[in-house]
Amino acid sequence: MYTLLLCWRYLRTRWIALASVISVTLGVATMIVVNAVMAGFAHEMQSRIHGILSDIVFESHSLSGFQDPQWHMEEILRAGGDDIEGMTPTVAVPAMLNFQVRGQWVTRQIMLIGIDETTHAQVSDFGRYLQHPENRRQLSFGLRDGGYDTIDSQTEDQQLATRPALEGAGWPHRRMRVERERAWRQRQAELQASEQAGGPSAGPVRPVDHQVDAVLAETSPAVATAAAPPGELPPTAEAHPPNAPLDPFRAAKPEEQGRVFDPSREQFTGIVPGIGLASFRDSAGIDRFLVLPGDDVKITFPTAGTPPKAVTDTYTIVDFYESKMSEYDSNFVFVPIEQIEKARGMIDPQTGLPSVNSIQIKLRPGANLETVRDRLRQAFPADMYAVSSWKDKQGPLLSAVDMEMAVLNILLFMIVAVAGFGILAIFFMIVVEKTRDIGILKSLGASSTGVAGIFLGYGLFLGLVGAGAGLALGLGITWNINRIRVLVEWCTGERVFDPSIYYFFRIPTIVDAWTVAWIIAGAVGIAVAASVLPALRAARLHPVEALRHD
Amino acid sequence: MIDTNRDGDRSGAPLLQVRGVRKAYRSGGGMLEVLRGVDFEVEPAGFVSVIGQSGSGKSTLLHLMGLLDAPDSGEVHLAGNRIDNLPSSRRDRLRNTDIGMVFQAYHLLPELSALENVLAPLLVRFSIAEWFRHKGEARRQAEALLDRFGLSGRLHHKPRQLSGGEMQRVAIARALVGQPRLLLADEPTGNLDEASGAGILDTLCELNHTDGLSIVLVTHDQSIARRADRIVRLVAGRVENA
Repeated sequence: MYTLLLCWRYLRTRWIALASVISVTLGVATMIVVNAVMAGFAHEMQSRIHGILSDIVFESHSLSGFQDPQWHMEEILRAGGDDIEGMTPTVAVPAMLNFQVRGQWVTRQIMLIGIDETTHAQVSDFGRYLQHPENRRQLSFGLRDGGYDTIDSQTEDQQLATRPALEGAGWPHRRMRVERERAWRQRQAELQASEQAGGPSAGPVRPVDHQVDAVLAETSPAVATAAAPPGELPPTAEAHPPNAPLDPFRAAKPEEQGRVFDPSREQFTGIVPGIGLASFRDSAGIDRFLVLPGDDVKITFPTAGTPPKAVTDTYTIVDFYESKMSEYDSNFVFVPIEQIEKARGMIDPQTGLPSVNSIQIKLRPGANLETVRDRLRQAFPADMYAVSSWKDKQGPLLSAVDMEMAVLNILLFMIVAVAGFGILAIFFMIVVEKTRDIGILKSLGASSTGVAGIFLGYGLFLGLVGAGAGLALGLGITWNINRIRVLVEWCTGERVFDPSIYYFFRIPTIVDAWTVAWIIAGAVGIAVAASVLPALRAARLHPVEALRHD
Repeated sequence: MIDTNRDGDRSGAPLLQVRGVRKAYRSGGGMLEVLRGVDFEVEPAGFVSVIGQSGSGKSTLLHLMGLLDAPDSGEVHLAGNRIDNLPSSRRDRLRNTDIGMVFQAYHLLPELSALENVLAPLLVRFSIAEWFRHKGEARRQAEALLDRFGLSGRLHHKPRQLSGGEMQRVAIARALVGQPRLLLADEPTGNLDEASGAGILDTLCELNHTDGLSIVLVTHDQSIARRADRIVRLVAGRVENA
């Protein structure tokens, strides 16, 4: 009983010991915050990766793919059984994207992915990442008549229009662009005519209509393709012949030969490029677009077969894809699967059966990823097909994050261990200070274990107090981290968390109860461990010498 | 007169017996022999003074009797049972139940109030569960003792708020609260002025006479030693009966 009473009294009268637990408090708080933020990032990243990839990807080793996806899907269903909820075939091929910005050609290396319009969104979160609300419900490769989100639909808290350029995107943008081009060509023709007439043109050349310019400037700050300044305009071609070498917008489709393609009312095949391919984020967090839905781009890709030949086709952007994983957002371009199968020659002319590269599989909730994967691996020959789960696909990345977290935890735990040595030193001091009291207690019949118990209990109390305060502080910081971020940014004037780098608007955090429990247990354990030596010393004190101590 | 409640007492047999006790301390390079074969006994309800110069080994003798230290050779018997060679847990127990000690420097625990200091031996004796069972009784006992020593108004004062005489009376109350058979007092008046010292001695005498408590009083002062029934003179580690 005296153990408890004295622990309590020492706790209340020895403030210096409380100072020693501040380091425990800070260590615990830091560990909680870091773990929460790291877990938040890891979770965000995992869910992004998982959202992009379906649960299981079934693919062929060859770029030409395998024939008859329907038969394969039936086989997969047979092997996977009830665990399979949905499937969709895809064709993926490396390709090159070209588009014109202010009269200059921009080339991007991309992964062109042919997807099934109706089923693709069912196997992954693909639909969620689109910018048009209708497309999020059901994707269509047809251009929408405006209504694209100017607010990032994936941030629920920030109601800031960070994408003003998308305001006029879609058909209005396309029509305006065509209108401007028409005006420009007309003007050129007039100039040419007057030059041919011999008279020098009056005044400087003003090819672009001022009114149109003004309207465009209002609707799209990052001026799109057609808003080129004088002198940098696309070359003219009055009655644009098909496949005009330099003008991407005049490349009429072969099947429409014989009639003039009207870009103000018609579109090419729709594509959905990653948002990172077409835009960049400025330091104010506003997205600047190089091209908009409604603009036309060229894509060059290899055909199936050996050796592959390069094919170039024109497409119309109908939406943007934003998974917030910059690796994907600046790499992926989605097109309708039938179109790419046709263009690459992946449809067998005799049987009419298409080929695909891969089949994306979604599992029923609760199904074991690894088991289903292994069952599929058994059902299909490994030399022809690769079956992998989304975790396998991003294995190195995910394990790198896990390892980072483990290393960080070890380092941070060392901070708490350092705090432990602080407790050790202060406890030794207190044992020396209390030597006479220890002698008195022994003269009253206190056992050595009882005396050791006082200091062990004291260490436990201090550990609990320190860890408890650390828990409160850590959770306080974690739950208010975005407010703290704003405060720090306001104080220093520097951006602590730049959304143009992270693609999140707020710092994600996840507080895992088990992690917190382990941290607390570790910190308390260290405090107790640090009090073992002083407690042993106290227990071993000779009562007579202790009583003589001044 | 004799504390007859105690088991194992044989009327007339000594309560405490010290036989041929030797004790040496390491000092500098060699050994300093403090006690060189001390024979000494305390009869039940006896009041013995041990007197000697500084360094004559009287405090060491007291510590051996109080089981705070073990002799190099020789034996210590309490009520006929040898106690110096008991395992430490038994010695701790015995020290708590059968022996009360009072020191020159009072040795109160500064974090505890007067009442808590008096309760300390009982706090040590009982586990947490036992404590809550005996709490009321223990408290009454402690308050009665403090009341007897005129400290009823000082129950909740910390030691530093008490005078020397008051502190020593608290220390005596603490030594008595466990109802020991033997009280060992090491220069209990050494730090006190004459009046307070006399009060403490009166208290000890009274305890001896009315309660039949056996007392060993260690002092260097002849006049104080004379208050006891018997005086044992310790000279150079040996007993000279006076």
